[in-house]
Amino acid sequence: MAGGTEPAKSARFQGEAAISAEGLHKAFGKIKALDGIDLAVPPGTVTALLGPNGAGKTTFVRILTTLLAPDKGTASVAGYDVVHNPAAVRTLIGLAGQYPAVDDNLTGRENLEMVGRLYHMGGSEARRRAGELLEGFGLSEAANRRAKTYSGGMRRRLDLAASLVARPPVLFLDEPTAGLDPRSRLGLWDVITSLVRGGTTVLLTTQYLEEADRLANNIAVLNNGRIIEQGSAQYLKECCGGDVLVQLRLADHAQTALAVELLSTLGDGKIKSVAETGDISIPVVGGPSIMAEVVRRLDAGGIALAELAMRQPTLDDVFLALTGQTTEASTEDVAKTTVSKRGRRFGRRAP
Amino acid sequence: MIDHRSVAPTYRLAWTIPDTLVIARRNLLRLIRLPQLLVWSTVQPVVLLLLFNYVFGGAINAGGLKYIQYLLPGFLVQIVVFGSSQTSVGLAEDLSRGMIDRFRSLPMARPAVLAGRTLADTLRYTFLVLLMIGVGSIMGFRFHNGAPFAVAAAMLSVLFGFAFTWISAFIGMSVKDVETAQVAGFVWIFPIVFASSMFVPVETMPGWLQAFAKINPVTVTVDTVRALSLGGEIITPLWKCMAWIGGILIVFLPLAVRRYRRIP
Repeated sequence: MAGGTEPAKSARFQGEAAISAEGLHKAFGKIKALDGIDLAVPPGTVTALLGPNGAGKTTFVRILTTLLAPDKGTASVAGYDVVHNPAAVRTLIGLAGQYPAVDDNLTGRENLEMVGRLYHMGGSEARRRAGELLEGFGLSEAANRRAKTYSGGMRRRLDLAASLVARPPVLFLDEPTAGLDPRSRLGLWDVITSLVRGGTTVLLTTQYLEEADRLANNIAVLNNGRIIEQGSAQYLKECCGGDVLVQLRLADHAQTALAVELLSTLGDGKIKSVAETGDISIPVVGGPSIMAEVVRRLDAGGIALAELAMRQPTLDDVFLALTGQTTEASTEDVAKTTVSKRGRRFGRRAP
Repeated sequence: MIDHRSVAPTYRLAWTIPDTLVIARRNLLRLIRLPQLLVWSTVQPVVLLLLFNYVFGGAINAGGLKYIQYLLPGFLVQIVVFGSSQTSVGLAEDLSRGMIDRFRSLPMARPAVLAGRTLADTLRYTFLVLLMIGVGSIMGFRFHNGAPFAVAAAMLSVLFGFAFTWISAFIGMSVKDVETAQVAGFVWIFPIVFASSMFVPVETMPGWLQAFAKINPVTVTVDTVRALSLGGEIITPLWKCMAWIGGILIVFLPLAVRRYRRIP
């Protein structure tokens, strides 16, 4: 990312949470969209809200961005209460919603200039800022084309650029990479990472576990309007992801029984095997040193390996364990994965 | 600690006008950049004017006037009333595409998104009214009351359209999708347009309908525009008409803005 995205106003809420929510409730008719949410996001960090469809992610973001009033509870952004001082909040936030909010009939440049004018920048300042952002987001060449002609990735970038026009110290991104191809997604991740390096506080919602894993300092898992667990990706994997597994496949499955015998004292002793395929998995607590021992023992026994891998728990496992649901990104069928919640099936490799 | 100091006077009534102009410009650019929309929304009223004049003109007794003389002042009002239905469609579109969410998350003046839209639409009516006067003149329409009254007739039509645009803005903010806006924006317009003095003299209607037609805002506005164009009693229909315009704005402008502020 080129310069010009660093926030100008982050100093004023240093030392306190950039975003905080206490006991937020919101119901739509009988449906409880938020059922008591507490969250604190320290300045300059990224928090990811992870949850299935309908978990309340978007409702939460809409309350924090002053688009919706909560039924109960309080929330503040950049030190201002979202209900009592929404006007102040709006000067300090950027929002990129679930669908890119760009005007198709305006050019990329006109879109950004319009947003600048609505932040009450002067004409020349709005023009300069639009130019900077177009440059920074690789849209300079398309700047004078109507947004209608943009690809999905370009629209997303333009939308994100629009949310950054006023250099907001707090940024809300509602599923920022939904529907993007992998390359555009990586590009957006880079942008977000460099914003955070510049001091911006980011709250993002996502269904992609990889995205949360990659970007977020703190991950809050939402389900049915509650935060059911939160912490760093590492913490979540340790607390709720299940065991680390060493998985191996023998070159000759006829040797399975012999291999199991040789390896049986490794790990916590709950070794599993499938004789028909030569697949063996060993839950371990120790770490990678066990890999060498596996190779040594099998070698000594004259058993050849086809594959050997160490599988760390992923956020997928965490998500599944906590919500009993797969994410949209996962293709596994729910019944199967619920059964194998702890003892994972063979054949899945570490990412 | 939560800071309760009120912040930066960036969000104050003073910004209403500049913010409104930014939004109006955006909406006008859209009109200019969709030339097909512009052409067809221009062709349609011209075709209607021709049809009404030549199909019904022979059959309708317009009190001794040439029918185009009777028809055109009504047509000016008709065109802005029907045109106002597009406001709700445009706003429903902005709502469904997330534009309204973006605007609402910006520190802009609250009424500006709606005011910008209604202002742009009012400029559109001005264009259409002038166009209709031009086409009408070719078909034999003449102002009988002098230029100042002719200008007043055109302006009153546009002003009436401005008031109706706010009803339409309220509808646009109240429906859930574009398709509903298209229907909801239209249905209420038909009865008030046709049960009025626009196309036929009210006296030719059955008594119960006359009762409605006589208080219909479209009737009083058409009567005023007609009087300004052709001569006749102006003051009585004019104050009724202004009362309607004022009443509609007083009710629907705050309602629409309130809807905008609290979109569920």
